[in-house]
Parts: sequence; C-alpha cells; structure tokens
Amino acid sequence: MHEIYQLASGILVWVALIVFVGGTAGRLIRMAITARKKDAVIYQYFSFYYALRSILHWIIPFGSMSMRARPAMTLVAFIFHICLIITPIFLAAHVILIAESWGIGWAYLPNAVADIMTILVILGCLFFLLRRIVQRDVRYLSTPGDFVLLLVVAAPFVTGIWTYHQWSGFEIAGIVHMLSGELMLICLPFTRLFHMALFPFTRGYAGSEAGGVRRARDW
Amino acid sequence: MKTSEDFQAAAEEKRIYDAGIEEGAKKLTPEKIRSVFNELMQTEGGARLEAYTKACVHCGLCSDACHHYLSNDRDPRFSPAGKVKQTIIEIVSRKGKVDADFMKRACEIAFTECNLCRRCMIYCPFGIDVAYLMLFVRRACHQLGVVPQYIQDTAHSHAATYNQMWVRDDEWIDTLQWQEDEARDEIPDLRIPIEKEGADIFYSVIGPEPKFRAQLIYQMAVIMHAAGVDWTMPASQGWDNSDMCMYTGDSEMTARLKKIHFEAALRLKTKRIVMGECGHAFRSVYDVGNRLLGWKMPPLQMIHAISFYSEIIEQGRLKIAEKFDRPVTFHDPCNIVRGRGLHETARYVINQVCTTFIELEPNREHNYCCGAGGGVINCGPPFKNKRVQSNRVKADQLAAAKKKGAEVVIAPCHNCHGGLEDIIRHYELGLELKFLGDILYECIQKE
Repeated sequence: MHEIYQLASGILVWVALIVFVGGTAGRLIRMAITARKKDAVIYQYFSFYYALRSILHWIIPFGSMSMRARPAMTLVAFIFHICLIITPIFLAAHVILIAESWGIGWAYLPNAVADIMTILVILGCLFFLLRRIVQRDVRYLSTPGDFVLLLVVAAPFVTGIWTYHQWSGFEIAGIVHMLSGELMLICLPFTRLFHMALFPFTRGYAGSEAGGVRRARDW
Repeated sequence: MKTSEDFQAAAEEKRIYDAGIEEGAKKLTPEKIRSVFNELMQTEGGARLEAYTKACVHCGLCSDACHHYLSNDRDPRFSPAGKVKQTIIEIVSRKGKVDADFMKRACEIAFTECNLCRRCMIYCPFGIDVAYLMLFVRRACHQLGVVPQYIQDTAHSHAATYNQMWVRDDEWIDTLQWQEDEARDEIPDLRIPIEKEGADIFYSVIGPEPKFRAQLIYQMAVIMHAAGVDWTMPASQGWDNSDMCMYTGDSEMTARLKKIHFEAALRLKTKRIVMGECGHAFRSVYDVGNRLLGWKMPPLQMIHAISFYSEIIEQGRLKIAEKFDRPVTFHDPCNIVRGRGLHETARYVINQVCTTFIELEPNREHNYCCGAGGGVINCGPPFKNKRVQSNRVKADQLAAAKKKGAEVVIAPCHNCHGGLEDIIRHYELGLELKFLGDILYECIQKE
C-alpha cells in the first residue's frame, strides 16, 4: 500500500502532468501542421476579432440561442465545467501539497465551498449520465467510451471528498483519488476530453468564417 | 414512444430505389472503397475533419437545429450528429473498411438527409460544421461513383455544357431574345443587352431560369430598364452561375464552372456581377468556387439580387408606384443569410415594397431550411416524398405565419422555391409563393 502511495504521489504525478501538457501541445501542433498542408483556408480566414466574438458568445451563459433553448442543460453545463476546473486548482489541500513540494502557492477556496463545488461536479456527472440514458437522441449518440469518460471524470471528485472527510476506507480512497486524477489528466489529450483544448479553435474558426466571410451571427 | 427498432423497421419499409446509388454500388468492392477512401484521407482529410469528428462530445444540442430530425418524430438517426455517426465516423474509425451496402446508406444520408444548411453549426457549442462532414462523405461517394442519378445527371450537364439544364448555346441566346421580344410589348424600348463590353453589371442566372422560369429574366430586364442600369448577359458559356457539382462532391468541376463564370464577366470587362435570386449559386461563387480556384475572395465584386434591389431602391433609381398590399412573410434562405448575412437587406427591400410584413418564427440566421437545398431536391422524384415529409416543421412554421395573416411567402432562392412549393401543396397551406423580383416587377414604376 505504501509503495502504491509513493508511486501515485510521486512519479505518476509527473508522468500525468507531462503526458497532459505534452500530449495536448503535441496534438495541437500536429493539427496546426496538418491544417497548413490540407486546410489552408483556416489560416486565410482565421480572424481574431470574429473568433473572439464567437467564443465570448459561447462562454457567457445563455449567450447563444442554443443555450437559451435548453436552460437546464446550460445551467448544469456551466456550473459543472466551472467547478470541474476551479476546484482542483484552488483546493486548500492541493495548494498546501504543492506549496510543500515546490515552494509555490496561491489563494485557496474555503473547504466548505470546495465541498459544495465537488458535489456539484458529481451531480453534474449524474445529470449527464441520466441524459445519456433517458434522452433518446443523446442515448443514440452515446458510445461506451462516453460512459467510461463520465466515470473517469467523476472518480477523482468522489474519492476526493471521501478522503477529505475521512469516511471509512479513506486510505484506499485517497490512493484511488490520486490515481484517477492522474488517469483523467492522461486521458485528456487522447479522448473526447480533448474537446477542452479544441473548443477555442473550432469555435474560433466557425466564428471567423461566420463573421468575416458569411457576415452572419453564429450564436 | 417509438423505439429505435420501430424506426429501423420503418426505414427498411421505406427503402428507396435510386438507380445511381444501386448501379454504382454494384461496381464497388471492399478494396476499391478502402483505397479510394484512404487516398481521399491522405489528400483532403485534414485538421478540420479531425477536429470536427473528435471535438464532438455527443451532447445532442444539434438535434433540435435540424428540420429532418424535428420532422421525423425526433428519430435520433436524423440528428446532425447522428448522421455523422452513421457515416464519416464509421468510415474513419474502420479506416475505410466498409462494404457496398454501407456506402449506399451513407450516400443516401449525405445526399438526401442533410441540406448542408449549416443551422446545426450555430447550435453546436463547438461550431462543428456538419455540412463540411457531409460534403466529405459526398466527395467520397463521387469518387466511388455512387451518386443519386438525378443530381448526377445535372452534374453531367454541367460537365458537357457548362450549364445545369442541358441548355444549348443557341437556345440560351434564343431565350434571351424571346424574353426581350415579349417585354417590348410592354416597354417598347427595352433591351436585354447581350455581350455588351464594358457594361457596369454582368447579370448571371441559374440554368433553370431559361429552361423553366424565363419570365424571371423578363422581370429582371424590366427592373434593370426601370432603374436605368447599364447591364449585360454573355452570349456564350459562363452565363449559368449554378453549380450542382459542388453538391455531388465534384470539386474539380466546380472550379471549372466558377472559372468560366468569372471569366465571362472579366472578358466583357464588366465592373461587377449581379446574381439572380438563387442561394446555392451564390454559395458556390462567393464561398466555394473562389476557394477551389485559390482566391480568398471573388476576383470581381459580386452581389446577390437582394443587395442589388436594395441598392437601386436606396439610390432612388427604382421607384415604387404602389406598394404590394397583401400581407407577406419572408423565408430566409440559408446560403444568403447564414451564408452572407443578407437578412436585414432583404427586410429593407420588403418594407420598401410591401405594406404588411409578418415574420416567420424562428427567422434570420435561425430560420428552418426549405428542405430542398444542398442538392436534395436535385436528387429528384425518388426522394420527393421523403423530402416533403422530412420538413413538416417548415409547414408548421409557415402555417403559424398564415394564422397571423400572411398570404404570400417571399423566398429569394430557387431551391427554396422548389422546396416550399412542394410543402405548401402537400400540407395544403394555401399560401402563395413569390420571388422578391415578382413583387418588385408588380409594384415599380416601369416608365
């Protein structure tokens, strides 16, 4: 057990971070090179102004017709994504661990707030799971991988809150927490979680063509 | 609620026979499909293909954007991402190892269940261009020789005659002179200037205008005359601005068509191109053909008829004698609204010429597709019933406008006309359909 703890809290953290950063950068760079060769239009039509205009409309809640048409989905999706990204970065326990190992630190969230945000992420995962099962078109579109990914995303949060509150078996939960967190980072560049990195580019390009060429709104 | 098995069974029952698809598929072998597809991936399958297929998180937010999905009892196979799942995702993930039956189905989906209207693109948080993906499938179908027969016939016509309707060179000139003759009964000094070098405006139309709707050329001649415009039309190839090859995946032919169209305008040393009331032709000249020819933007200024009408009204060159007094509604065509943002321009013209204007809901960039564009209507009679059933939502939308008092639908696009005409008839909506030019012709001061 101790060895696994050592591994998960030591070398695997580095492996996960390197794969996450390297994989993301590598894949984006490879796509940029492919685009040069086969999608020259992207470089011709890409416009920062129109890309930003489009991205802003889509990262502001209810900024698009699509979001207004589905208020529940919009609300859950925004809360889920914000909590998913903010909680691990500004969690007190994480900030302290990082401060102890690397000597750098930053502000952190009150524990009660982090607890609520973690629960919101878990509830968000349940909402998406339910949506994949209940809503007919989403069920049709869902692949087994989509369900696995929901599990991969939920796991660090479930085990995280478990460990923090020292519920029974929290020692194991703690190890699973580290491993699943690392797994999520490793998965990010190679699965559909990569949508995170692709968003500014696909949305930005859609906005560039819509604004610069087609002179129409794309939200 | 129907289960997916029910839908599957219903689909089997409705299996449509198309000679182009069936006969083409007979010549396919798994090796041929694989090699054609891999070649296509090598040469054209780039970053967009990868991003669009990989960024999709299967959230289903695109479903409600699609009139096919909404009109087919929300059958998930008609959702935009559903169509992607059944076609390009399968082909890519199986590295082209699909059989002829798969290609038949993929062909039917890409050609007849998607109008490439790009409405879903503005409902997808990632801006995934499903039209691009469906066109990629069509490109593969074209290279494999599996294309619905009717649209392939128009593509053949383009290749053989440089126009869509097998119109012969002498028939084209004859039609112009015939319309000029007719119009001179009404306005004795009217001309349709053919081959006039140095004219301000090069006016181009789509093949079906001389073929079936020659009165539109007549009407435009009257408008040009009333506004005192210096214009011309070419006597030889290049007069047809339409392009079904863009929709069959024949990019090489699209480039040739657009080249000869631009060259005709340049040969006559005209200052700019005005295009008739057509949407797909506008897309092909403004957004597709130029790219294939290596021009970021068209080499010559070109505008759609709507912009032209708005311009001559604003400049006071076209006077409205009496406003059109029946209540009108307006269908925003995808290719000039989502494709060129002409929605407000169109509304300006309508408000100048008509007394009562009633909006369709939704409208502007969010308007539902006519169901005919993207080459779907050009796939012909085998798919007509399916096409009309696949756009019940349009009928509901039009019926709601009628309830508010609309009597006339204005659609400044030929494909939209074809589609809406069938919908109005099938669903017995009792609405009249007009081009903007029809109304202008009726209302302007002609002398």
